[in-house]
Amino acid sequence: MRSESEVVTPEDTSTRQQPVARPRWRRALGPRLRAAGLALPLVAFVVVTFAGPMVSLLTKSFHEPEIADALPETMAALRQWDGEGAPPDDVFAATAGEFVAARNERTLGRTANRVNRVVSGMRSVIMGGSRLMVEAAAEAEAAGVTTDGAFWRETMIGIDARWGTPEPWRALRDAGQRFTARHYLKALDFERGPEGGYVRQAEEWRIYVPLFWRTLKVSLGVTMLCLVVGYPIAHLIATSPPRRANVLLLLVLLPFWTSLLVRTTSWIVLLQNQGVVNDFLVAIGVIGDDGRLAMIYNMTGTFIAMTHVLLPFLVLPLYSVMRSIPPAYMSAAASLGATPLQALRRVYWPQTLPGVGAGCLLTFILAIGYYITPALVGGQSGQLISNMIAYHVQTSLNWGLAAALAALLLGGVTALYVVYDRLVGIDRIGLG
Amino acid sequence: MAGTAISPGYRAARWGYLAFCVAAFIFLIAPILVLVPLSFNAEPYFTFTEGMLRFDPDAWSLRWYRSIFDGDEWTRPLLNSLVIGISATVIATVLGAAAALGLAHPAMPGRRIVSALLISPMITPVIIAGVGMFFFYSSLGLAQTHLGIILAHAVFGAPFVVITVSATLAGFDWTVMRAAANLGANPLVAFRRVQLPLILPGVISGSLFAFAASFDELVIVLFMGGLEQRTLPRQMWSGIREEISPTLLAVATFLILFALLALSTVEWLRRRGEAAGEGAGSGRT
Repeated sequence: MRSESEVVTPEDTSTRQQPVARPRWRRALGPRLRAAGLALPLVAFVVVTFAGPMVSLLTKSFHEPEIADALPETMAALRQWDGEGAPPDDVFAATAGEFVAARNERTLGRTANRVNRVVSGMRSVIMGGSRLMVEAAAEAEAAGVTTDGAFWRETMIGIDARWGTPEPWRALRDAGQRFTARHYLKALDFERGPEGGYVRQAEEWRIYVPLFWRTLKVSLGVTMLCLVVGYPIAHLIATSPPRRANVLLLLVLLPFWTSLLVRTTSWIVLLQNQGVVNDFLVAIGVIGDDGRLAMIYNMTGTFIAMTHVLLPFLVLPLYSVMRSIPPAYMSAAASLGATPLQALRRVYWPQTLPGVGAGCLLTFILAIGYYITPALVGGQSGQLISNMIAYHVQTSLNWGLAAALAALLLGGVTALYVVYDRLVGIDRIGLG
Repeated sequence: MAGTAISPGYRAARWGYLAFCVAAFIFLIAPILVLVPLSFNAEPYFTFTEGMLRFDPDAWSLRWYRSIFDGDEWTRPLLNSLVIGISATVIATVLGAAAALGLAHPAMPGRRIVSALLISPMITPVIIAGVGMFFFYSSLGLAQTHLGIILAHAVFGAPFVVITVSATLAGFDWTVMRAAANLGANPLVAFRRVQLPLILPGVISGSLFAFAASFDELVIVLFMGGLEQRTLPRQMWSGIREEISPTLLAVATFLILFALLALSTVEWLRRRGEAAGEGAGSGRT
């Protein structure tokens, strides 16, 4: 099997008759190189357009050079400071110089925002102080006073007494670290304590860990719901005669192929307050016109729409496993005296377990990263961790935190895939 | 389950099971189909009006279909989606098919790790990939460009092609290629005459999957696309969040038709492949 793809063109036939024409290593290497060469373009493409972004994501989660780059002299001067009391004069000079310059270039606001994310309250200290510092610098220049460290120490403490204490300096020093675990700490609901160390946030202030838990619970719930609804369907398709099975399979595949936006729209149309289901229930008198059910823009909406979207991902692998179970097994169980329920529980169910495992895991992994559906039908209470990630990318612009949250999610998903790989094999993911 | 003594309890359970399955199929299909008649509503409502239920011809209209083509609110996104989708599909198909041929070759080194790498974009939650791509492509100046989105969609689409083409090659007898070579065919001719006809259904299915994935992709477009890159899903997203207009339902109906078309093509190709490979052990995984 090794050397069969050695190519022999008509011109080659003369050499073919002399078996020593090619060294053995070339014969072994040629097909390998050719096979690898075919795969190489896509490998390179995936490395650049996909692995690159993943590296970029992980880097962003612990590498934040922006503050250090914006205030290089301040950071260099702060390195000489022992962290106790007010820092030496040259720190004041460096900081004031950079604040005034950045303020004039209108870049200080961005830096102040970044520092504020590390230690809240710092934005007003920096922005309020720097406005007066610009004025002081102008006045000093007009009066011909040299603006040395002692001058700035006096001026800054005069503007805001807090500059005489170590707190804002510690904040600046911490914020100026290029490599930091603070995004991960924040993503796990730790906050910076007054001394600079990190402590867990008070329970009512925790945001992300409860959201991770909610995402986990919703994903598990959706997966279970999909299993309960999907198992009988998969069984029905697998045990139907071929023609009917094909029709039923199409009914599962149509939602699979229909745009996610379309499916989400239809749930809004069906479930909203003035929607089809509520109208119908009112028309047949089950509920009054003032008792319309709130089925969307909450957790119920997220659950229903996500189950609908993910159901085919569970049914298809389950169906392919069930199709391979010979019907004779159930007949044999029945003829040996098992009741249908016993036969189902003791004979059929165990054989479908590989499909159940594969389908559930795939559904769960997809559910855990779902963004569009919860964002559209989840309202306030139906948001998941992915919505928070999108919020930090698009609205709060806290990219480091978004990266850390995404990296934590990626870690969880990767762990699940390792399980999936052990159970099923990663290269056996089908398309249904 | 033939031959079981039919007890009343069993019969009730059987009926319960069938009723449950019917309900489940209704749950799967009805939400999609309900949009179609509603898109012909003459009123700007999202529910059946009394007139519609009486089949009053005045209660039904094509006005929302006409409004798709009023102005460029929907036609531009459609054009963007087509340009991005087709470009991404071409890249994904060419690279994916070549990679599948390489992976299927018995001499391929490191097959497991390479296929895991190639499949990874498909199985990573899009939100994670989207954040990474947003950072990475922004740093390269590719955010808010068509090219950036095309590259992102191509890398998401390629695994579909790899999988479908690999499936068509599953039982391929590589000695046929040697036979072709011995008969004087150069590798290109051997590929065109022997392998291409075999993998073609997989290539078409895979490219349809890749196109559908791009045509329906929203997260990347939300993160990376600007006003110039508004695609159909992006426009629907605004439509749902901001001002929901029944034109949305008309567009949705077109997308359902597209889904039906794509699905029928893929199923037709699959069945043809199964019929051809009967006994060769090929089939869906």
